[in-house]
Amino acid sequence: MTQDKNAERKKEFRTTVDGTVVKQVYTAADVAQPGDTSLPAEFPFTRHVQGNGYRGRFWTMRQYAGFATVEETNKRYKYLYGQGSTGFSVAFHLPTQEGYDSDHTLSAGEVGKTGVAIDSLKDMEQLWDGIPLSDVSTSMTINATASIILAMYIAAAEKQGADPSKLKGTVQNDILKEYVARNTYIFGPGPSMRLVTDVIGYCAEKLPEWNSISISGYHIREAGSTAIQEVAFTMANGIAYVQAMLDRGMKIDSFAPRLSFFFAANTNLIEEVAKFRAARRIWANIIKDRFGSNNPRSQMLRFHVQTDGFTLTEQQPLNNIMRVTIQSLAAVMGGCQSLHTNSYDEALQLPTEQAVQVALRTQQIIAEESGVADTIDPLGGSYYMENLTNQIEKGAKKYIEKIDEMGGALEAIRKGYMQAEIARSAYDYQKAVDSGEQIVVGVNKYTSKTADETTIFEVDPAVEKKQTERLRILRQERDNLKVKSALEKVKKVAATNENMMPVLIEAVKTYATQGEISNALREVFGEYREPSIL
Amino acid sequence: MGSTELKTIRVLIAKPGLDGHDRGAKVIARGLKDAGMEVIYLGLRLTPEQIVEAAIQEDVDAVGLSSLSGAHLALFPKIVELLRSKGGEKILVVVGGIIPKKDFAVLKEAGVSGIFGPGTPIPEIAKFIQENIQEK
Amino acid sequence: MNQKIKILVDRMLSGDKPSLARLISLIERESPEVPEIMELVSPSQLQPYRVGITGLAGAGKSTLVNKLTSFYRKQNLTVGIIAVDPSSVITGGAVLGDRIRMQQHYLDEGVFIRSMATRGCYGGLCKAVEDAAKLISVSGKDILIIETTGIGQTETEITKVADVVVMVLTPGFGDSIQLMKAGIIEIADIIVVNKADIEGADILVNEIRNELKYSTRKKDQLVMMVQASNDIGVAELFEEIEKKRLENNLEERILKC
Repeated sequence: MTQDKNAERKKEFRTTVDGTVVKQVYTAADVAQPGDTSLPAEFPFTRHVQGNGYRGRFWTMRQYAGFATVEETNKRYKYLYGQGSTGFSVAFHLPTQEGYDSDHTLSAGEVGKTGVAIDSLKDMEQLWDGIPLSDVSTSMTINATASIILAMYIAAAEKQGADPSKLKGTVQNDILKEYVARNTYIFGPGPSMRLVTDVIGYCAEKLPEWNSISISGYHIREAGSTAIQEVAFTMANGIAYVQAMLDRGMKIDSFAPRLSFFFAANTNLIEEVAKFRAARRIWANIIKDRFGSNNPRSQMLRFHVQTDGFTLTEQQPLNNIMRVTIQSLAAVMGGCQSLHTNSYDEALQLPTEQAVQVALRTQQIIAEESGVADTIDPLGGSYYMENLTNQIEKGAKKYIEKIDEMGGALEAIRKGYMQAEIARSAYDYQKAVDSGEQIVVGVNKYTSKTADETTIFEVDPAVEKKQTERLRILRQERDNLKVKSALEKVKKVAATNENMMPVLIEAVKTYATQGEISNALREVFGEYREPSIL
Repeated sequence: MGSTELKTIRVLIAKPGLDGHDRGAKVIARGLKDAGMEVIYLGLRLTPEQIVEAAIQEDVDAVGLSSLSGAHLALFPKIVELLRSKGGEKILVVVGGIIPKKDFAVLKEAGVSGIFGPGTPIPEIAKFIQENIQEK
Repeated sequence: MNQKIKILVDRMLSGDKPSLARLISLIERESPEVPEIMELVSPSQLQPYRVGITGLAGAGKSTLVNKLTSFYRKQNLTVGIIAVDPSSVITGGAVLGDRIRMQQHYLDEGVFIRSMATRGCYGGLCKAVEDAAKLISVSGKDILIIETTGIGQTETEITKVADVVVMVLTPGFGDSIQLMKAGIIEIADIIVVNKADIEGADILVNEIRNELKYSTRKKDQLVMMVQASNDIGVAELFEEIEKKRLENNLEERILKC
C-alpha cells in the first residue's frame, strides 16, 4: 500500500465532534487586525479580570465534598476548622435539592447519597454546631430550594448570635441551568425565577457579603453541550437573571458585581482556554451594551471551574489523573478565580481520600511547579488562540441572538430549545465515540482487560433509617400548630409579589421541614415536568 | 405463527429516583431508535411503581434504567420484583449509570440482566437487548 | 379458536390491563390472530366518547391530554389514551415521549395509556390505531383520547375515529399559519391556540377566524385561547368538549328511540 506523505490522519479536524473546524496552521491572516489589544483588567477583560493575575495570589483551590449525615459532616467541619480552615463547601443529598423530606417515597435509596441530608432547621443547627458562622465562609450547592436552605442558614446563624449582615458565602441559586441540564427543579421557570430574584434581592439588602448566584455552564457541558453552547447558554441565562433583577427595580451596579459564574474545563486545552477568554469578553460587552453599565466591577466575569466529570472514564481510572491535569491547566491558563479538580475514581463511586488528595496536589503542582501561573494569559497572542477566541465569541453570539429571537432564555427553555441542542450534541459525540472517530483512551483505543478496582468509599445504608427516625421525632416534638400557620403564611405570601425570604425564615424557625415548605409552594406554584425533546 | 409478524422491539427508558443526570438516558433512547427500536421515554423522577405500571401498559420487551446518585441498590431490584409480581416477568431489565463493580452480583442476583457502565457503545447495548428479550 | 387469544380477550373485557396491553401489541405487529381478536370484540358494547387531539409537534398536545384526563377523572369517568408518534422512515425506530407529560396518571386504576408508533403509515392513522382504539373502547373506558402528531394529508382520518376533533396550534414559527392556509383546520371542531401568552397569539386567532369565514362548516367551529401549562382556559375547553359529548349522547338516545 502506498501512502501519500502529505496525507492527514483525518479528513477534517475539529476541536470536538460538533466543535470548530481546526486548520493545519494559523497565521496573522487568521486574526483580525488590530484585534483585541486590551491588557489584563482592561475592558473587555479578555486576558484577565485582575491586573496582576496569579502573581499576587493563586486561584482558590476549593474542593466540593458531601457526607451522608449532619454528624459526620459536622465532625469533618470541626476538624477542618481546628486546622485553621474557614472555607466550607456543602453538598446536599438529592431530596433536599428537590424539596422532598427524607421520608418521602421518592427519597427511598437517595438519603445521604450525594451529600448531607438536611430536612429541618434542627439539621442545619447541628451541621454547624461548634463552628461560629460569623467567622467562616460557606459555599452551598443548592438551587430549587436555595431560598429555604439559605433561610435555614440565616436562622441557624442568628441562633448562634451571629449578625446576618456579616455572613459570607455563596448559594448556587441558578435554576435556569437546572431546566437546561441538571434537572433538580421543582416549580416552573416563572415562579422559580421569582424565588431566585427574591434571594438576590434579599441578599443585596441584608447579606451584603453573600454571593447570591453562581450562573453555571458546568452542568450544561456535562449534559453534553459543546464549548460554544456552554458559553452561549450560560450567557443567555445570565441575561435573563439580570433582566429579572432590573424588572424588580434594582440598579444594575447594585447587584452585577456580585454575580459569579461557574464553568467546566474539558480536555481540549486550547479550545477551553479560548472559551474562558471569549466568555469574559462576551459578558463585559453584554453588561456594557445591553445593560448600559460602565462600571468595570459589573462588567468583569469572575468564575469558578470544575474539571469536566463526564470525561472521567471507568476504564483505566488512573488515566483520569492526566485528563484532570490538562483540564486544570486550561482553567488556570484561562484565568479562573477558583478551581475544583475531580478525583480520578469518580466515574466509579464517591471518591476515596487518596484520590481526593491527588486531585488537590494536581492544582498545587500546576501552581508551584509548572510556571503557567507566573504570567497572565500565557497563550494570548497565539494566532490559533486568538482565532479560536474570536470563533467561540462569534458562535456564542449567534446562539444568543437566536435565543433573543425566541423571547429570551425562559422561552427557549420552555420550548426545550437549549435542551434539544444539548441532547443532539451529546448524541453526536456518543456516535463518534462508538464509531471510533472520537478517540477516548482506554475506552475505544488502547484498551486493556486488567480490572482496576480501587478502594471503595460508600454510604452506610443505615443513614436513611436514622434520618427518617430523626424526622419522625421532630414532627412529634415541635409545635405543629405553629408549623401549620407558618405554612399557611408561606402560601399567602407566595401568591403575592412580596419577597419570600422573611416568611421563609419565619417558617423554618418553627421547624417546618424543607419538604413541607416546598409542598406549600407546590400548591401555589404547581410543579414542572420536562418537555419531551427527543 | 410468528414468521409473518413485524416484530419491532419496544423498550422503556426511565430514570427512577431523584437523580437528574439524563444525558446517558437520552443518548441511549436516540441510539436505540436508530437501531430500529421503539423507545418509550419516560423521563425523570419516577417511583418503581410508576415505571412498572408504564412498562406493563406499554407491553415493552425491555426496560432500561439509569441512576448516577448511588440509589441503584434500593431502586433496581425493587423494579424487577414489581415487574415479576405484576405479570411482567418476561420483560428484560438492563441498567446503566454509575454502578460499582461490587454491586454487579447483587443486581444480577436480583434479576437485572445487563449492566452497562459509562463508555459502553450503544450498538453493544442494542445487540444485548436483541439477543436477550423473550417471546411473550 | 385459539384458546390463548380467547383468554386474553376475556381478561381484557373484565378490565385486565396487561391483557389489553398484550392484545394491542399483537395488533401492532399485524399478528395473524388479529381477525380473530377483532371478531371476539363485540361492537354492541357501550362505546366511549372519543376525543381526537391533533396538531404540530411541540404544540403542547400531551400537556392538554394530561389536563383533560384530570378533569374527566374528577368526574369519575375512566380514560383510555392512545398517543401516536411517527416512526423513523430510515430505521423504523421511534422515540415515544408523550407519556412524560402524563406521569400523574400512571398509577390511576381508571387510566390506561398506550404509546404507539406509526410503523409505516406515515402522516395518518393506521389500521392498528383504529383497532387498538376499538380494544380500549370495549375494555370499559368512558372516554378515549387519541393524540396524533404532525398534520399530513391523511390526518383527516382522525375524524373517522373521533367524535370530536381538537386541533392545537401555537403562535410563532409560521407553521400554524401554513396549516391553516392548507385548509386543514376544516376538520377541527375546536381549534385551540395554546401557549396564548406568547407574542402573536392574537394575530393567529384573527387569522384563524378569517380563514374560517371560508370554511364550509364555519358555524360550529370554535376557536379558543389556552395556556395549558398555566391552567388557563383548560377548564373552558373541557366544558366545550363535555357539551359536545352530552349533545352526542342525546342524539344517540333520540336515534335509539
